[in-house]
Amino acid sequence: MRITCPLCGPRDRREFYYYGSDDYLNRPATDDPEAWDNYLHLRDNPAGQTRDLWYHDMGCAAWLELTRNTVTHEISSVRLVAEPPTADPEATPEPTPKKKAKRA
Amino acid sequence: MRIAGKGIIDRAQTVGFRFDGRDYTGFEGDTLASALLAGGVRLMGRSFKYHRPRGVMTAGSEEPNALITVGQRAASVPNVRATVQEIFSGLEARSQNRWPSLGFDVMEANDLLAPFLSAGFYYKTFMWPKSFWEKLYEPAIRRAAGLGALSGLHNDETYEKAFAFCDLLVIGSGPAGLMAALSAARAGADVILADEDSRMGGRLLAEIEDVGGQPGHLWVEGVLAELASLPNVRLMTRTTVTGAYDGGTFGALERVGLHLPNPPADLPRECFWRIVAKRAILASGALERQIAFPMNDRPGVMTAGALRAYLNRWGVAPGRTVTIFANNDDAHRTARDLSQAGVRIAALIDVREGVAQTGDWPVFAGAQVIGTKGRLGLREITLRTASGTEEKIETDCLAVSGGWNPALHLACHTNGRPQWRDDIAAFVPYSGMVPGLEAAGAANGAMSTAAALAEGLRSAEHALAALGLQPKSPDLPQAENGGARLQAYWEVPNAEGRAWLDYANDVTTKDVRLAAQENFRSVEHMKRYTTQGMAPDQGKNSNIGALAVLADATGRGISETGTTTFRPPYTPVSIAAMGAGGQGAGFAPQRFTTSHKAAAERGAPMIEAGLWYRPSYFPRPGEASWRQSCDREVGLVRNRVGICDVSTLGKIDIQGKDAGRFLDFVYTNTFSTLAAGRVRYGLMLREDGLVLDDGTTARLADTHYLMTTTTAAAGLVMRHLDFVAQAFCADWDVRSISVTEHWAQFAVAGPLARELLNSLLDAPLDDAAFPFLSCGRVLIGGVAARLYRISFSGELGYEIAVPARYGEALYRDLVARAESFGGCAYGMEALNVLRIEKGFITHAEIHGRISAFDIGLQGMISQKKDCIGKASSLRPGLTGAEREQMVGLRPLAAEKAFGAGAHLFEPGAQPVSANDQGYVTSVCWSPTLASHLGLAFLKNGRARHGQSVRLVDHLRGTDILCEVTNPVFFDPEGGRARG
Repeated sequence: MRITCPLCGPRDRREFYYYGSDDYLNRPATDDPEAWDNYLHLRDNPAGQTRDLWYHDMGCAAWLELTRNTVTHEISSVRLVAEPPTADPEATPEPTPKKKAKRA
Repeated sequence: MRIAGKGIIDRAQTVGFRFDGRDYTGFEGDTLASALLAGGVRLMGRSFKYHRPRGVMTAGSEEPNALITVGQRAASVPNVRATVQEIFSGLEARSQNRWPSLGFDVMEANDLLAPFLSAGFYYKTFMWPKSFWEKLYEPAIRRAAGLGALSGLHNDETYEKAFAFCDLLVIGSGPAGLMAALSAARAGADVILADEDSRMGGRLLAEIEDVGGQPGHLWVEGVLAELASLPNVRLMTRTTVTGAYDGGTFGALERVGLHLPNPPADLPRECFWRIVAKRAILASGALERQIAFPMNDRPGVMTAGALRAYLNRWGVAPGRTVTIFANNDDAHRTARDLSQAGVRIAALIDVREGVAQTGDWPVFAGAQVIGTKGRLGLREITLRTASGTEEKIETDCLAVSGGWNPALHLACHTNGRPQWRDDIAAFVPYSGMVPGLEAAGAANGAMSTAAALAEGLRSAEHALAALGLQPKSPDLPQAENGGARLQAYWEVPNAEGRAWLDYANDVTTKDVRLAAQENFRSVEHMKRYTTQGMAPDQGKNSNIGALAVLADATGRGISETGTTTFRPPYTPVSIAAMGAGGQGAGFAPQRFTTSHKAAAERGAPMIEAGLWYRPSYFPRPGEASWRQSCDREVGLVRNRVGICDVSTLGKIDIQGKDAGRFLDFVYTNTFSTLAAGRVRYGLMLREDGLVLDDGTTARLADTHYLMTTTTAAAGLVMRHLDFVAQAFCADWDVRSISVTEHWAQFAVAGPLARELLNSLLDAPLDDAAFPFLSCGRVLIGGVAARLYRISFSGELGYEIAVPARYGEALYRDLVARAESFGGCAYGMEALNVLRIEKGFITHAEIHGRISAFDIGLQGMISQKKDCIGKASSLRPGLTGAEREQMVGLRPLAAEKAFGAGAHLFEPGAQPVSANDQGYVTSVCWSPTLASHLGLAFLKNGRARHGQSVRLVDHLRGTDILCEVTNPVFFDPEGGRARG
């Protein structure tokens, strides 16, 4: 697997640390326990497009958001977490709508 | 038998080698298989289950039968394919899975039991009693079956791994691969051409047809000479591309030193490559398949194409009287080539009706082979003519061809499923199965030389277009354009006897039919029930045949039946090559402090702390155990002064106008209000409310902080800070970087610490201006150093940091001064005792399931601001009496030792998990308090100070009573550190 770091270029997967879903970027602004439960624990498991977070810890220390396909393994875009997402829909295709399981 | 005037190897160079203790001679360029065949050896192995005599069947890496052991003792390698191993002077090879000898193997008795040993036999038979399976049945069965055995000895030989990058990777150097590589190379692409063989050329080395008006192997030499002259081409022989992975990454195994008589000591035996290619062309050719007919496994039964390879490349005829059995035109070339070389062709048996006479030998059209004879080698075959009569033919070699399967494995490694093509009765890859990879030539189903050359050229043009390079294509040379003319034919019907599909695992057509009958109808189930395709050749010789039999048995088409999943590696890869460099000290990186040498000189045993090596204790003459040294070091720190290297703690430099605000967000407590020149202890939570790490952070200047982390969590905290900064604070003015290795830092601890420092510093400390938890800049011999007044021992203490290049000198100086003050250097053991006496936590306590409340630090979570983990830390369940809270433990009898990991119970309760009240995390003998001490987590522990608990350690056999105490055993007021 290869990841194209926006700062360093295409690099081997071994240079990167995998964190988890891009949900981690949406930190709840309130103390609402359900929002926090969602944020910390509830994850989709899509067959298809997904977004997740990687850290270039053997490179430039940038946190990256990858849009990739869990079926084909194609990585369609990589952006720096620290920079706002581009408006170009070609560059960052919308992930499939999230169907969050709600706890009873 | 060597044929005069045939072959393209160098007959001037003879090479002596040994097989099963006998001396043989071959030529430079021979494989073990070709040299043994030339020496008249047909029997080369015994089969897996029935111990049937087996000879070489193929001339390539797909060989299922001729598996041998090469080398001696620790360096011996089992299951080497004789068709791949090149001979060299001094080569020692041995046959496998036989006793006492290859010719007389007592386990051959298994073959008589064959009617009972069909697929699933073991599962059905050895079921009762259940416990016998593991203890009796399985070991016995495993001893009876099997191939080569590992030596069981530690192997110190060198293996290597390496990375390579290119524009275009061409896999295989037959006509398609050479044409593709040449075309891309001329266009300026950075090309790697890899071939598993020791010599490039692929099938062109095995055939006599001309290419471009000259013999095929000479055309190959011309192309290779041009490729070798180009700086943008790397030719990798003996390199099998074993796997295709995501992002244009390929695995490849290079046999570097396995063919050399006396390889230089620094030369690896094998190298595992990871090749990253922008584009790839799969020109891996095709593998010839067998036809299933009774007793088709005797030594002397080979593939028709292998016979041509042995004759035309190595000048060897594997038999004196050869018979050919085929379903296609291609095999007729075998009769032609052998006949021209003077070998007698006993018969050509073609299953197709109306096949024409092509030479001076009897042709049986519409006929089949229905039986063979010859215990250790083929002697006779029985054929059934088109009219149904039977005829016996004396022959010592049977060349079989059931057609050719494209070697498409790599194209399927990312789970693409190949497509069936009726005209060649084979699966072929399609474009895009592996992004950026295109198959060409026989690997793509183009079965003539002319078609392979054309496809090689075309695939190169596609690759060059994708790379943005202008093709400068060479002209296509003239070549044979025969193509595959065949009639799909898998199994001779209505014939008595076992017909092998998978030779290496002894799987017959009967086994596959039995699987279907017992409802293992899915190809994946059939595979696992019969073990077909699970031998070292991974079904290269048997998959399609077995599919065809399964399809027939289940009344489906082959395409509908589908293939099993293709997985890397294409051929076996030694674990030693994949794990190259990982033996011994290479297993993990080693990190050494600047004081490492000085500590080692003092005889300090090292202890691993993550990747770091830290001194455990510093033995002095007369000290017989670590405990004596440790007790002495603790005493000297408490009473005099001690020196300890604390450089391994993480140090993170944080700067910017928003640095304080940032620290307020990542720590539970407040740092923006900390005055410059002051230090504060901080607690860091994870977002789920549990403790991440702790440490002190100093404010060096208004916009400049220096954070310390624990040794264990240094990398984790750096990653966490980067995440918080980039994900939530991207527009803040704050930057951070790890400076752990930039600074060497030493603790100076003990009542004499200040005196020692004053003897060292350029200007003495103004004590009033530098109270507990101060930090500042000092000079040592003109070198700027950072001084922190912090203490992890509970004593008056400082930590002094200098740029790492001064670390060793400062450490030696500090220890010498400490000794002149009656103190000493102290190691990890003493450091641990000192902190347990003080109730200071490490990651033994904050192990990832611990909340701030559990360690009594809930008061450090500021009410005035948000921070990472604050919302979750307030959840029910993370606070309260039901939580296990940190306490101290003192055995009622002070001399009773206990270990970390022991569990706590009510004094009267049974020590079973249902009654578990908590557990011990850290223990020590405290020379200061003359007692064993422990830190532990105990349910509602803070309310139980003064009570007794029963401490039980089933593992070490400990069962004692302890008093629950405040975790701070020594100097609870902290006066010593502040003094």
